[in-house]
Amino acid sequence: MKTLRKILAISLSLVFALSCFFSLAGCNKEDEFIVGFIYLHDENSTYDLNFIEAAKKACDELGVKYLEKTNVPEGSECYDAAADLVDSGCDVIFADSFGHEDFIIQAAKKFPEVQFCHATGTKAHTEGLKNFHNAFASIYEGRYLAGIAAGMKLNEMIEAGKFTAEEAKIGYVGAFTFAEVISGYSSFYLGAKSVCPSVTMEVQFTGSWYDETAEKEAANLLISRNCKLISQHADSWGAPTACEEAGIPNVSYNGSTISACPNTFIVSSKIDWTPYFKYMIDCAKNGKEIDADWCKGLSEGSVILTDINEKVAAPGTKEAIETAKAKLIAGELHVFDTSTFTVDGKPLTSYMADVDTDKDYTPDTEVVADGYFHESEFRSAPYFNANIDGITLLNSKF
Amino acid sequence: MKAKIKSNHEPLIHIAKKTPVQGWRAMLVRAGAIVAALLVCGILTVFLTDLNPISVYSSLIVGAIGTPRRIWVLLHDLAILLCISLAVTPAFKMKFWNIGAEGQALVGGLATAACAMFLGNSLPPHFLIPVMLIASIVAGAIWGLIPSIFKALWGTNETLFTLMMNYIAIQLVSYFCFVFSVPKGSGRLEPINEKFWLPVIGDNDYLFNILFVLVLTVVMYIYLKYSKQGYEISVVGESVNTATYIGINVKKVIIRTMVISGAICGIAGFLLVAGANHTVADNTIGGRGFTAIMVSWLAKFNPFSMILTSLLIAFLDRGAIEIATQHKLNDSFSEIITGIIIFFIIGSEFFINYSVKFRKSEKKEAKNK
Repeated sequence: MKTLRKILAISLSLVFALSCFFSLAGCNKEDEFIVGFIYLHDENSTYDLNFIEAAKKACDELGVKYLEKTNVPEGSECYDAAADLVDSGCDVIFADSFGHEDFIIQAAKKFPEVQFCHATGTKAHTEGLKNFHNAFASIYEGRYLAGIAAGMKLNEMIEAGKFTAEEAKIGYVGAFTFAEVISGYSSFYLGAKSVCPSVTMEVQFTGSWYDETAEKEAANLLISRNCKLISQHADSWGAPTACEEAGIPNVSYNGSTISACPNTFIVSSKIDWTPYFKYMIDCAKNGKEIDADWCKGLSEGSVILTDINEKVAAPGTKEAIETAKAKLIAGELHVFDTSTFTVDGKPLTSYMADVDTDKDYTPDTEVVADGYFHESEFRSAPYFNANIDGITLLNSKF
Repeated sequence: MKAKIKSNHEPLIHIAKKTPVQGWRAMLVRAGAIVAALLVCGILTVFLTDLNPISVYSSLIVGAIGTPRRIWVLLHDLAILLCISLAVTPAFKMKFWNIGAEGQALVGGLATAACAMFLGNSLPPHFLIPVMLIASIVAGAIWGLIPSIFKALWGTNETLFTLMMNYIAIQLVSYFCFVFSVPKGSGRLEPINEKFWLPVIGDNDYLFNILFVLVLTVVMYIYLKYSKQGYEISVVGESVNTATYIGINVKKVIIRTMVISGAICGIAGFLLVAGANHTVADNTIGGRGFTAIMVSWLAKFNPFSMILTSLLIAFLDRGAIEIATQHKLNDSFSEIITGIIIFFIIGSEFFINYSVKFRKSEKKEAKNK
């Protein structure tokens, strides 16, 4: 009786499964152009929210249909999600997280007729697949401009007598000791230093791209170490909210955090993915080739700054940023100008970067020339990973 | 007289154990629970999202089994969850609360990835894959052995011990992911070489894993039901005193069973790393080590019933993803729905095993007199 019941239950569920499958298999519209998006988290992460908003904007403006998969881990789930989007008729699929790359490459090999694009990855230019592409933006320029806002805020607080110029210290919450993060905080620091020469910085790593508690704890630790201003490169609201609670000014990333931090948010730099998404969709739709490594910046609107919170920012911040931005676009100013920083007390005259990813981290490309470090030129993802003087890493184990 | 009745106060509701409802009536209770769950979810859907619950449910089904690939992915999810459930079953049947399956599976995965990384150049694939399997079994077994020794010899609390072993495993994996990360500092390992991936049967990425777990299920069923060791496990689980009395070496059974439990978890890690993920990260097991406990209990430790309970969980999980995609809803909402459904199903077991009795009102009692 018991086994009979089980057999019946199993066979019933099988019949149910098969009937559902056959009734649905026929209703896929073959010819419609669809874009697929894969996100590591959902809109609660500032990082993913930035992509989600850009995807909506780009697809709505171009009038194309799109499908989204949120909370896709960096594992075989990512490959499954990509394959599933292919089954749903997607013609081009985009994944937003660094760790998705290997699974997207796996999908690209399996589905050569579908285009795959991936943000922040490093392997497209060496992998040599026709349908796998990396994309990034020269966000270090945006970080530099945000750094100017930070430096000016520090100057304002120094002038108000809150602390001395020597005590001006920035705290930075980073995810991993990884080139993308290192490049980000170094350019931010150089931006701040360009207006506040005495500034120093301490960095605390969390070892995770998204860990609200750890990010909040890291920010609190930095505040307790007398950091006067906090910025972060990690994707939750942990650090900004810790700043709001402590009343410490915060320069954000990925988008404005003013809604939760009206009294401490100054400005945020971010990558606006809309131009890339439009480019990617246009190419895929019209059969044009997509760049293996796409990297655009301030002048194309790929790197932008959010509105400045006048309530917190120092007066004149907006003008200072505009001036520097114009100089960066004109090429008069370089973020990693080797005359503005030193490494181990010496100016950087030569640097071999690991541009072609390999497991021995073989330095393969000379990236210092004409008096500056050429970031994001040899591949879209950042590769600046020198430890410049003035920045102290509190933990670099992660 | 009246005062006497009052002193003998009967609670308004009381719960009594009864002979479990059998056969079709039990199925009816379960079906009723699912219908009730769907109704509650439907109401919630209408109030919270303005969507049509029927279309939400249909995307749940489409998401789980809407295309042949989805069916395969579902079966693979089922297989991995089932594998870990099979692993925890002997321990739970022995009333050893092994909540360390997550860590046991993770170290198995770590061992697999480590073999591929360090022996990849010196061993051919047909030889390395068995080595990876053995390494994962040994790693998982060690992770199960440590708490069992402490439990058997010094009576430590295995719940806390196995739980803490999870965190050690997770931190170990994070550590190695950092040390060997490619590119430098990214916290991600390079995927293992394609030649060490588990064989693709036909054109199907996951068939090998599915068949492997199917065999394992049969073996576990036989082991628990017909072997002497399986019998010893149930006796120790029922009563340690009885086991001691009839001459079972309880310490030996505890240690042996936990080694088996950990070893099978290790196999699950091996299947995930070599057969699906091709790399290891701290989230590779993804909480399956804990879900497996529910699967195992719901199936009352019967390996074949576990196929159904893990199907249920995997089905709801896969379906939830599609709800989020099709209706542009946050994942959390679909998780609320699957949570409610699981809650009702677990709840129905209560009504199968217990009856709820209400106090008869005094007026009625008077009438009866």
